Amino acid sequence: MRVTVNGKPMEIPDGLTVEGLLDHLRIRREYTAVALNREVTARSTYAETRLHDGDTVEIVHPMGGG
Amino acid sequence: MYDTSLWLGGKEFKSRLIVGTGKYPSFESMREALEASGAEIVTVAVRRVNLPGQGESLLDFIDTKRYTLLPNTAGCYTADEAIRTCYLAREAGLGTLVKLEVIGDSRTLFPDVEGLLEATRRLAREGFSVLPYTNDDPVTCKKLEDAGAAAVMPLGAPIGSGLGIRNPYNIKLILEAVTVPVIVDAGVGTASDAAIAMELGCDGVLMNTAIASAKDPVAMATAMKLAVEAGRLAFKAGRIGKKLYATASSPIEGVPDWSTS
Repeated sequence: MRVTVNGKPMEIPDGLTVEGLLDHLRIRREYTAVALNREVTARSTYAETRLHDGDTVEIVHPMGGG
Repeated sequence: MYDTSLWLGGKEFKSRLIVGTGKYPSFESMREALEASGAEIVTVAVRRVNLPGQGESLLDFIDTKRYTLLPNTAGCYTADEAIRTCYLAREAGLGTLVKLEVIGDSRTLFPDVEGLLEATRRLAREGFSVLPYTNDDPVTCKKLEDAGAAAVMPLGAPIGSGLGIRNPYNIKLILEAVTVPVIVDAGVGTASDAAIAMELGCDGVLMNTAIASAKDPVAMATAMKLAVEAGRLAFKAGRIGKKLYATASSPIEGVPDWSTS
């Protein structure tokens, strides 16, 4: 299926969860947060939240700023 | 001299200087500058991770046991965007003390007051300690306090401009208008600007570019630490009134007579 992650369209295995996507992209968990279709995903639900074709995912972390 | 601490979001801070983590030539110079500034609170932006995977990360260079992180909502132009960014920051483990920015204009980066008030109200209701970056307007600052802001952060001048405290009289009026801490955020260019903010009676100063873009960020961070402390001391000490004419410092009586007649 096709999803958009941080603005990049990508092909990922069907039925992947948020947890699976983070593993797939080798994302560190510490100080990272995820929004799925504009809604913030609670960490505790990563493993059970399945992605669907056309989903938009934002994965963020802290960067230098004022 | 005895001084009270700065309290924000239920936490006590000895340092009244809050520094940003953007624009440094390197993570290493940032780490050294943070150390030299004596700051206990550092601001961070919330941005997309690089894909795939993450390389060096900002927080590899910031001891999160030592510094309180203050995520900002820079780049947000609506209350909704700013609120979602705060939710993301909280979920990322960055806490609930947030620097709220709702920007109204990309050239001046002046705040959108309507959006700022709405976001402050909603975030405060949800348990965030909201530090809104705002115009140097006493009426807006009072409204932000009433909306639940934990402090107000009026700008001294536009972000990154280094123009200093452009309207010290408004900052004074803000200090009279609100009971929450007043932190000057943005506009500081050099040490005297920070001292002026503190001499006015502000509770703290927040800066980024003035340190990060200085030729020697570590030296400037040291200067800012001293300036904030000096300005605070001068405020507590109580300055003399300003007078147009001279008042002699030496006794007028007892001057020897050198006249020749």
